[in-house]
Amino acid sequence: MSAVIDKTDSLLYDGADWDYDQIKRVYDAIENIALKDMGLNVYPNQIEVITAEQMLDAYSSIGMPLMYKHWSFGKHFARDEMLYRKGYRGLAYEIVINSSPCISYIMEENTMTMQTLVIAHAAFGHNHFFKNNQLFQQWTDAEGILDYLEFAKSYIGQCEDRYGHHAVERVLDAAHALMNQGVHKYPKKRSLDLRLEQKRERERQEYQEQTFNDLWRTVPKAAVGGNRPSKSVSERKKLLGLPEENLLYFLEKKAPRLEHWQREILRIVRHMAQYFYPQKQTKLMNEGCATYTHYTILNEMHRRGMISEGAMLEFLHSHTSVVFQPEFDDQRFSGINPYALGFAMMQDIQRIAETPTDEDRYWFPDLAGRGDGMGALRDAWANFRDESFVLQYLSPHLMRKFKMFSVRDDAEDPYLLVENIHNERGYRGIRKLLARQYDLGFLEPDIQIVDVDLAGDRKLILHHRVTNGVLLDESDAKAVLRHIANLWGYEVQLVEVSALSDAILKEHAVTAPSGIGG
Amino acid sequence: MNIIDRRLNPQGKSLANRQRFLRRAKEQVVKAVRDASGKRGIQDIENGEKVTISTGGVREPSFHRSGAGGVRDYVVPGNKEYVEGDTIARPESGGGRGGNEGSPDGEGDDDFRFVLSREEFLDIFLEDLELPDLVKQKVKQTESHSLTRAGYSVTGSPANLNLVRTMRNSLSRRIALKRPKPADMLELEALLREAEDRGEDPEKLREMRDQLERHYLRSKRIPFIDPIDVRYNRFETVPKPIAQAVMFCLMDVSGSMTEHMKDLAKRFFMLLFLFLKRRYRSVDIVFIRHTHEAKEVDEETFFYSTETGGTVVSTALEEMQRIVKERYPENEWNIYAAQASDGDNMSSDNARSAGLLRDGILPLCQYFAYIEVAAEHNMGLSALGRETELWRTYKTVQGPDLPIAMRRVRSRREIFPVFRDLFAREKAGA
Repeated sequence: MSAVIDKTDSLLYDGADWDYDQIKRVYDAIENIALKDMGLNVYPNQIEVITAEQMLDAYSSIGMPLMYKHWSFGKHFARDEMLYRKGYRGLAYEIVINSSPCISYIMEENTMTMQTLVIAHAAFGHNHFFKNNQLFQQWTDAEGILDYLEFAKSYIGQCEDRYGHHAVERVLDAAHALMNQGVHKYPKKRSLDLRLEQKRERERQEYQEQTFNDLWRTVPKAAVGGNRPSKSVSERKKLLGLPEENLLYFLEKKAPRLEHWQREILRIVRHMAQYFYPQKQTKLMNEGCATYTHYTILNEMHRRGMISEGAMLEFLHSHTSVVFQPEFDDQRFSGINPYALGFAMMQDIQRIAETPTDEDRYWFPDLAGRGDGMGALRDAWANFRDESFVLQYLSPHLMRKFKMFSVRDDAEDPYLLVENIHNERGYRGIRKLLARQYDLGFLEPDIQIVDVDLAGDRKLILHHRVTNGVLLDESDAKAVLRHIANLWGYEVQLVEVSALSDAILKEHAVTAPSGIGG
Repeated sequence: MNIIDRRLNPQGKSLANRQRFLRRAKEQVVKAVRDASGKRGIQDIENGEKVTISTGGVREPSFHRSGAGGVRDYVVPGNKEYVEGDTIARPESGGGRGGNEGSPDGEGDDDFRFVLSREEFLDIFLEDLELPDLVKQKVKQTESHSLTRAGYSVTGSPANLNLVRTMRNSLSRRIALKRPKPADMLELEALLREAEDRGEDPEKLREMRDQLERHYLRSKRIPFIDPIDVRYNRFETVPKPIAQAVMFCLMDVSGSMTEHMKDLAKRFFMLLFLFLKRRYRSVDIVFIRHTHEAKEVDEETFFYSTETGGTVVSTALEEMQRIVKERYPENEWNIYAAQASDGDNMSSDNARSAGLLRDGILPLCQYFAYIEVAAEHNMGLSALGRETELWRTYKTVQGPDLPIAMRRVRSRREIFPVFRDLFAREKAGA
């Protein structure tokens, strides 16, 4: 359509080296395509250039620019560094943080094409997803996260100075072990404002200091369970807010022997867990969205003659290796590659919206032929998480393309059974099972605190509702229980109960610790 | 949009985490190393085979489902032959297909292992050993740099070219761009020649020629190795402090020293050498052996050639003094000496030796270790506390402020403990 123009004139860059000027130019070009053509809506961007070592640093602190100090981060660093230095593994090209402004790290070693790819992928793809997806909107506070991390880091640092490394480490270890059980899965009434958190913590402490009166210590304590008539079980549970699946929350609020600072540390870890919870639920979509974005943008840039053939080839090389999906019998297979499936689904949605087949019309009556592929994608990005996304949008076309099949592994049987394959009879089955593979509520064991024997020995009782007969890993469960006991201060018992029959399958218990509160 | 250059930010942000990790893992690592070193001879330590340790204490447990039992469903890609109802033999280890979906989080890595190289092994083995504090005053702290491997880069000097990476990139690019293979072209050429000989249809011949021409052009346009394929080994400079040390090994080789005693002495010297090597970048060793006269010799002669004669310890001390004066000015070198002897000395020489040691040698040295080696069967007598000539002599020199230490060693088993004992860090802080 456009007249033949001298392409080198409009090239944004040439060759592998990059400089700030080029990055600015490329950024502007990408922004133009992303906002005007694709209609993305992003937080302001901040791009930071870092070295390989800084990238390793960022890796080890779960990608956050600021983090409190803990040995587990050092452990991850040791492993990542070893793998990297020996050349077993490359580094990610970028890390992007769900914050406002949205920070993307790019490595100095990348070529200019890689920087272009990274900016399109992270600064626009992920950024758009962070800003628009309802899970992120509901659960995370992009504005406040960096300030909160700053507070968390200095608070835990102060605790270490005041109470010693060991005591702080003990609380953090326990809190980390419970991180997966430290999130609220259902929305609360008000939105999260992490900035306010700091203020509230300060106020709580000040209030305590103001109202401190040594006299209270001398007041004789009521005998345990003495003059209070023992309440009925259901009343007791109601008072304690039981059953509670957010173990960290319960311990923070109700554990009888924790000090104020220990509760605050639990709170910090809980907020971290909550902050990352949406990312865990949207890995497939998030990567699919970002990959689709960079693919579209780079192709558009190439079409407009902004990048050279060479750059395009380099881009395609990285792109294809990112979206490579090994088959199940390939030794490289390690599950479904979220980049591959995510990207394929995004392209598929666009295809269904714009050039549907009869099959698509039957399967997606609302979507097929609606025309505006990009609009359909933006809707999907805003309103779904991995599980519902797969359930809604995985098309027979894709299942055939990936040659998906489902296998049932029943420990009672001597063999595995192929249940569904990519044919008429199997589509729905595969789609349902695949969606469940992305459902955190199903993947993570359902563990709840059900009762506390407050009148007696204060034993904390947890239930694991066992689905499909899969029990908890015993040694890890024991170790986590030990951590819980450290926080709770008294005996802890975990009962694994069949979800079907309520039969007790297994019990674990740990005794009261020597005392964490001191 | 903001671009910020963070490259100049302070490095090593994770240092604090690393220290916490090491502190945490230390107990296990040290224990594993001690266990291993107990089973090994010194030779093995020098060879430095690797020790793999499993560190249970740095496990990060979480509630997750176990890998066995129950009913699981997996959806996997790449079906080739299966239809509904097919059965598949269970993969051996259970790892196999869909294993990753099986564990709901990627964190089941409680068998976190890391391999200690020879260097690290020695580091830890010698870790809580410390040279006496006064050393540090004299350590020459000049910075120098050394290079360590750090991944790959797209630029570099030809010497650092990484052939494997480069060829891998080149190969994939050639495949992607469908560069004709030389073998294919040869085959085509042969076919063409054959066709020409046969007098094939000219139309067909032209077609073949065209195709060959296209192949030629294509292989010319698509280079075998393109600059974008090239990868170099990347190196980083790491600063290293320089401090130099010299170690004097003094040994009595008179007839009374048996092979067994020499073996003990050798083991001790070797450990000391390894230890100094950890602390100093360059360690010189000077071997001085003596009978009634002392001589500087090479290692081979030192340990293996025999000599006969009386025993005059002071000659060795004099020789050492001379060499220090000549070659190792004491303000530039950290000087260590280890003497091994069976304890014999000429009675007339005792006073002289003590004087030399006190006034001549000890002021020069960072540390002077005297090891008295004894025959294994001698145990009874020594246990009774009979002291040898030299032992008694040196004892008079011993003082609280002097860098001298004396130990007796009877069997190989004692070498490690004695060595550790000599250099064990003072437990003041602990």
